Amino acid sequence: MTARSLAQPGPSQPRLAAVAAALALALPLAAGLAAPASAQTIAITGGTVHPVSGPRIERGTVLLRDGRVVAVGGADLAVPAGAERVDATGKWVTPGLFHPATNLGLVLTEIGAQPQTQEDAKEGDIDAAINPLDALNPAMMTLPVARSEGITTAVTSPSGGLVAGQSVVVDLDGASAAAMAARTPAAMLVDLGENAKRAGGGSRAGTVELLRRLLADAREFPRRRAEFERNAIRPLAASAQDLAALQPVLRGEIPMYVIANRRSDIETALGIGREFGLRLVIAGGVEAWQVADSLAARRVPVVVHSYSDIPSFEGPAARLDNAALLAKAGVPVLITDGGSNAHFRNLRYAAGEAVRHGLPWDRALAGITLEPARAFGLGERYGSLEAGKVANVVIWSGDPLDFGSHAERVWIRGREVPTTSRQTELLERYRTLPPKY
Amino acid sequence: MPLPYAPRRTVLAALATMTTLSAACGGRRPTAEVTPAADTAGPAERPAYASTYQPRPGPAVLIRNATVLTAAGPELRGASVLLRDGKVVAVGDTVRAPEGATVVDGTGKFVTPGLIDTHSHIGVYSAPGIASLSDGNEATDPVTSEVWAEHSVWPQDPQIPLAIAGGVTVAQILPGSANLVGGRAVTLRLVPARTVQEMKLPGAPYGLKLACGENPKRVYSGRGPATRMANMAGFRAAFIGAERYRREWDRWNEKRTGDAPARDLQKETLADVLRGKILVHNHCYRADEMAFMLDLAREFGFRIRSFHHAVEAYKVADLMARDSVAGSVWSDWWGFKLESLDGIPENAALLHQAGARPIIHSDDPQGIQRLNHDASKAMHAGLRAGIRITREDAIRWITLNPAWALGIDSLTGSLEPGKAADVVVWSGDPFSIYSRPELVYNEGRLLFDRRDPARQYRTDFNLGTAAPGVGR
Repeated sequence: MTARSLAQPGPSQPRLAAVAAALALALPLAAGLAAPASAQTIAITGGTVHPVSGPRIERGTVLLRDGRVVAVGGADLAVPAGAERVDATGKWVTPGLFHPATNLGLVLTEIGAQPQTQEDAKEGDIDAAINPLDALNPAMMTLPVARSEGITTAVTSPSGGLVAGQSVVVDLDGASAAAMAARTPAAMLVDLGENAKRAGGGSRAGTVELLRRLLADAREFPRRRAEFERNAIRPLAASAQDLAALQPVLRGEIPMYVIANRRSDIETALGIGREFGLRLVIAGGVEAWQVADSLAARRVPVVVHSYSDIPSFEGPAARLDNAALLAKAGVPVLITDGGSNAHFRNLRYAAGEAVRHGLPWDRALAGITLEPARAFGLGERYGSLEAGKVANVVIWSGDPLDFGSHAERVWIRGREVPTTSRQTELLERYRTLPPKY
Repeated sequence: MPLPYAPRRTVLAALATMTTLSAACGGRRPTAEVTPAADTAGPAERPAYASTYQPRPGPAVLIRNATVLTAAGPELRGASVLLRDGKVVAVGDTVRAPEGATVVDGTGKFVTPGLIDTHSHIGVYSAPGIASLSDGNEATDPVTSEVWAEHSVWPQDPQIPLAIAGGVTVAQILPGSANLVGGRAVTLRLVPARTVQEMKLPGAPYGLKLACGENPKRVYSGRGPATRMANMAGFRAAFIGAERYRREWDRWNEKRTGDAPARDLQKETLADVLRGKILVHNHCYRADEMAFMLDLAREFGFRIRSFHHAVEAYKVADLMARDSVAGSVWSDWWGFKLESLDGIPENAALLHQAGARPIIHSDDPQGIQRLNHDASKAMHAGLRAGIRITREDAIRWITLNPAWALGIDSLTGSLEPGKAADVVVWSGDPFSIYSRPELVYNEGRLLFDRRDPARQYRTDFNLGTAAPGVGR
């Protein structure tokens, strides 16, 4: 084990904070870069560079320094003297992949079906104050596997209930949860589907009523804090901590990340968004293709599961070209595979699958890089290879969305991370039998 | 111990039954013995719930100038494949179209056998995935060899046409893995049908589902088995009972006098496993448990046809090669429970390297739609690890090898003259993520045509389910 994997997560922040402090601090924090990357300049040269923010560059050069991308250009871009050169001739160079998973395996569950390693699922109906950084273990064995597939950044959220809690964005490298954080909170996860019906007494109508009441009380809460503290106010829809945590959502600083698959659930989300002036990101969106124009008009991003085609009562009209239809209508499309333990490593193939069903290749790559960065408030710092952005970079042996390729080298915040994991160690041990003990 | 797979078995069994019936009706035996008419053939040889599947081949089809992965030999470029009367008639360079044949231009396209999944719960866990359609686990007793998966299959499961659109022509439908002995599995052709009998692949032997490890001991932790050692004890007790039952019946079958032994559905299936008539499919993740299951099979004189899931197969690939046990695996699933922790993407490739028989299976209604993707991932993981694998090898992982595991490799699984015309025409290399099945033939019947919505079968459940005012 490396020293890094033995490190303990940092002290927890939001839940333990006093209400007043929470109110004051309930701004999305753009966490600083923790481990300073090498001051050495790294020059990746000769590869086909896909900056995502612009057209691809043949024989391109990408310069990294101090954890940032400092320049991206063609073969004519000058490489500073003393730079460490990385030859990427014949390779593809992209930003690190940004996993928009709503919850589950990647960051909060180390081994599925093992409660000792699961931190995502919880019982409450309204848990706006819950922040998953308090549960995140930077030594999880999932992280090296994700990194070996070029995934450098991920959204993670608690799950369960109507307001599941705060989504945060983390880089998949760092000595503590706080050090890994890229933005916290980055969104507020709300479930309008079947799984949350219990919160509304068993009916979507009840769920929606509760959400409206909650948002109305949250809007009222800062204005009437004194009365609240004198106990001179009617009972509110949630605790003071939860109401405080909803303030950045009401101010439009972070989106409400809404799990909605059925067309009518998506329309409900759009309606509540309009009513309270919220920013929205739709997760799942199985039937989003049916309301593509409304989503496009309000520039509401949709996180699409590109394998979703099995009819359910949540989304009977599931179809594999959902992402393609949304993109065509002008909706920002993010791609996910769901993020469960068994599958999160295959994020890039989820994007390839969307291409197979009509999504343009560039939009698919953007769906796992720049679009998630934008949707979760990091569009200025993540998701593309541009000067000034965080140096999350992957060199691939070929087309990252097709099967013949693999991530050869990966940088997170300018620091190269190994592409080895316990899986590569298992391979070496059992490559020939009997095993090498 | 031989595993006689004979496609004619059903026919022979049927003849035997007819003989028995006429003998019984001839009054040579007391009427009291008329009822168990088929007993002379052994109860499991009766054509119970027999297949009523009928091939419905379309006109002859010549696919011309394609890259053909036959699963039975080298990759052919610019080759033709001729299908007629539901059979593959010819594969090669110089095949001519007979009168009236449909000619498919295969330029730039690939042709493979229809894909075969050894592990699916389509129909027993139908969509939409709700309790009303949860028919896969009879989790009321750790040994339920008396249940037959086919009695749970819903032919209107909307997952069936999705699998067809993924190029799948045949799938084994198994009971779930809650129980040590889950019940009988059935091999189905994925065709539109009102009844399960209309899907049953004639001549396919039954399978038996066994499950090791976490699932049985978790489901029955209150009453046992609660431990892995009790799992093994449960298997052994079941087969001890079956051995005795088999002896009783075999003895009676020899003489056919006196009262027949009482039928016991549970033991009947296990006895046919001991007779080699039912093939064993064993859900088992961990290497050490697979080694115990190989010893269990030796103890009772049967063979395990395939381990399923087998994420640690690469640790005992030599033992599996030694005992000719296939490994039905995913390319890279791991970490979804403790016993899956050591899954690695090179698993199938390492089985291939050891001379064992890799199979890519789905166990998943989305996975079954893209078995070729999983095979491609497994192939490329092997190539990266320096293991020599060709597309010719990897196509077998989803065609001929699963056909072997299901005991139907003399009927389908490769493009060879005389075999069933189970064929997929792909838009490009099936090992690229961007390729799509364009045409899917099931025994010569065109069941999917990507360009023709009229040739995209929809189950009853699919009808009218799109939202109002929006076409599909």
